Amino acid sequence: MNASLIRLGGLLRKEFLQILRDPSALAIAFLLPAVLLFIFGYGVTLDAHDVPLALVIDHADATTASVAGALAHSPYFRISRPPDIEAAETALTDHRIDGIIWLRSDFARRALSGRTASIGVILNGTDANSARLVEGYLQQTWATWLAAWGARRGQPSPVPVLVQSRVRFNPAVSSRDNLVPGLIAVIMTLTGALLTALVMAREWERGTLEALMVTRVTIREILIAKLVPYFVLGMGGMAASVVMAVTLFHVPFRGTIPVLVVTSALFLLASLGMGLVISSLARNQFVAGQIAIITTFLPAFILSGFIFDIDSMPAAIRVVTHVVAARYFVSILQTEFLAGDIRAVILPNAVALAVMAAIFLGVARLSARKRLD
Amino acid sequence: MAPTPDGPPALRLDGVTRVFRAGGRVIRAVDGVDARVERGSITGLVGPDGAGKTTLMRLVTGLLRADSGRIEVLGLDIGRDVAAIQGRIGYMPQRFGLYEDLTVRENLDLYADLQDVPKSERAARYGDLLHMTGLGPFTGRFAGRLSGGMKQKLGLACTLIRAPDLLFLDEPTVGVDPVSRRELWAIIDRLTGASGMTVLISTSYLDEAERCGTVLLMHEGKLVGADSPAAFTAPLAGRSYRIAAAGLGKRRLHERLDGAPGIIDATIQGAYVRVVTDSAGLPPLPTLLPDLDGVAADPVPPRFEDAFVARLRQERPALPAPPAAPSPDGAARDGEIIVVRDVTRLFGSFTAVDRIGFSVGRGEIFGLLGANGAGKSTTFRMLCGLLPPSGGTLTVAGYDLRHAAAAARGRIGYMAQKFSLYVDLSVMDNLRFFSSAYRLTGARRRQRIAWALEEFDLETVADAACRDLSLGYKQRLALAAALMHEPDILFLDEPTSGVDPLARRDFWRRINRLAETGVTVLVTTHFMEEAEYCDRLVIMAQGRILATGTPEDLRDRFRSAQMPDPTMEDAFIALLETAPAGTA
Repeated sequence: MNASLIRLGGLLRKEFLQILRDPSALAIAFLLPAVLLFIFGYGVTLDAHDVPLALVIDHADATTASVAGALAHSPYFRISRPPDIEAAETALTDHRIDGIIWLRSDFARRALSGRTASIGVILNGTDANSARLVEGYLQQTWATWLAAWGARRGQPSPVPVLVQSRVRFNPAVSSRDNLVPGLIAVIMTLTGALLTALVMAREWERGTLEALMVTRVTIREILIAKLVPYFVLGMGGMAASVVMAVTLFHVPFRGTIPVLVVTSALFLLASLGMGLVISSLARNQFVAGQIAIITTFLPAFILSGFIFDIDSMPAAIRVVTHVVAARYFVSILQTEFLAGDIRAVILPNAVALAVMAAIFLGVARLSARKRLD
Repeated sequence: MAPTPDGPPALRLDGVTRVFRAGGRVIRAVDGVDARVERGSITGLVGPDGAGKTTLMRLVTGLLRADSGRIEVLGLDIGRDVAAIQGRIGYMPQRFGLYEDLTVRENLDLYADLQDVPKSERAARYGDLLHMTGLGPFTGRFAGRLSGGMKQKLGLACTLIRAPDLLFLDEPTVGVDPVSRRELWAIIDRLTGASGMTVLISTSYLDEAERCGTVLLMHEGKLVGADSPAAFTAPLAGRSYRIAAAGLGKRRLHERLDGAPGIIDATIQGAYVRVVTDSAGLPPLPTLLPDLDGVAADPVPPRFEDAFVARLRQERPALPAPPAAPSPDGAARDGEIIVVRDVTRLFGSFTAVDRIGFSVGRGEIFGLLGANGAGKSTTFRMLCGLLPPSGGTLTVAGYDLRHAAAAARGRIGYMAQKFSLYVDLSVMDNLRFFSSAYRLTGARRRQRIAWALEEFDLETVADAACRDLSLGYKQRLALAAALMHEPDILFLDEPTSGVDPLARRDFWRRINRLAETGVTVLVTTHFMEEAEYCDRLVIMAQGRILATGTPEDLRDRFRSAQMPDPTMEDAFIALLETAPAGTA
């Protein structure tokens, strides 16, 4: 057998033995993804459910009772009835409720006379996102009520146009179906970049790399021996995450396995490349971990479109997102899971991933030397 | 010296310089070194920490590039043929380069793969190496579970897996027990004798220099000498003496001799003071030590360290004696200030300290001697009240540490092994911090800081960042910080490991003076030589005390026809060999 292959075989065997014997590597590869999936799958949701609201009615009558009924039946709200607006304001200040719906004393009179009747809505804007969400739900509820109320009274709806929305790909508009695929990209960033940077830094720290370098081994063999095991580990974590997503969280998968495998491989190579670049800069695990978190994990979380919509970011930030590999992979994953093999989405993103993988691996190869300086 | 065979030397350096920049500081780690290592020789690269030994090792193994100069290894230029060179040399870095989560066998397999050892030759090679290192019974054990000495031997076996032409060992004996040190040297002797391998071994233990065929002596990046050990010590023939004076304590005698005219070096050695003179012959005793009767002086053979000290003294004359220590003001010199009885400490199922007992008198310098892992640091932490014992009683300054650890801590000063200083703060800020940590305030705080700056010659560096200080300065600052609150007891954990011999002498001069004022000093060390400064000491191994006594007592126990003048290390090894397993 070729001497180079024997050397590579020795390094690979060593790497796999270390992974099997070091619980922390396996934890990052398999336990952490499971924990993150559970948190995002069960705990975190961007949908509003049972939002506590106060309904204040200055002058109760049939009309206001009808409004109250409509609100009470909505799955989005949990309605309480404080005696007056002051009590409601106190509750809002104390964060016991997220908003107030105020039907003033002239509400019924104005509504019946066909004039514009207004509903006062006061929302807690500390969390602007949920405030907007509640506002939207309220308007929808209000429009539904108006239509129903008008129909009952034999009057045409005062609202001339009714929006009939159909949500494609995620009919239930469940944020989980959207979050879980994006989360897989974040998880793969962890195994790819963080784990690789850490294990390489560990070799620097323990002085083992110093001893390896003064042997016949070449730097290319050292790099390949680091790439292969963590590629396998990353793909394993990927497969486990996909299985969990589909079986445990019932996220639909509408794409095809080969496309998923190829694009995941490209993304993982880009991540591993970044991990190796980081490890050539940081030679202790603490610094390597920090750099990896800041340059790969956090951007994958924040700038990938996983949680925050890229199109609504300021232009400058949008430009920055283009160097975040996770951005392309989140697009691909969300499409693969929710829509299917949409060539127009998959192809450009896959090309972008391939380019990033080539750049990072190239930089890693060029910056790695069989030297300490 | 070994006869020079034909062909190029194993290693040749011409004007090699390597500079590091850290912050605004420029460190000339290796500074214009010219040197040769002959084929088949054992060459020692000797010098204190920071002398540039590791940098030089990394330069000649191709791990670092020289800023200027030329390096030839086995006749090949390292700038051009580094891959070819790395295929023919062996290198063991300071931390042995072992994978601790692999077994002994797996480590050997890895290095055999990396060094292109054919599969057919492996069985025989492994057999030889395992036999030579005594690791045969442990092939299935994880490297991380081996003792320091066994790790060192496994590291060596890995670098020898393909017999190299030239072997580089970077401080292989640091922190390793004396028995393992001795075994390592036996292996090296066999390698060079049998196979003609060339070995370059770096060490900060000056006594190891005497085992080498040639010594390259480094100091502050420069090569200050290159010769056989005999040639180094030859000029010192007839200049070393051992002096004792009836009726005068060894420390008082040392104080008199230290810096006396004609004396370039004075160290305490057991009951004697060992001096080196500036020229052959001892100055007449009546002029050297007037008003003293019963002075006995015997010539002793020179040591390698004498040669180093003599060379350093040419550049750095002896420091002026430190200002007179405050008088003992009637400190009680009797009574036991530390009492340890039947103390045991378990970590899980592992017994780190096993039923030890000793007591220390006020004003005594008391040593805990042992290899890494012998239980010294655990004992120390228990005495400082940082770690509760699993069993037994510890009394420090009259306080039972089980109930009054905080009160006892107010009476002790502690200097940790790595000098627990804040490296980003200036010297002054460190002193301010430690004085406030010891709750000194107002005039007293100002007075103690002024004392520290003056007593330890720190005025000139008061505003310097601590990280920029040399090891010797850091050591002085750490000692000053430990003494801010004038403790009765001073704990020193491996205080002088790695500092150069002059800094070590300066340090012990201060410690001796402290002891003279009634401060009790407890010191841990794996440096056999440091044990000589102690009044009494215990030798520890595997959590147990093997012996207690004065340095002379311990040496006397092993004086024999074969060993007429045993060193502390000889005594230690003999003790380990004779200690019946399972008893203290």
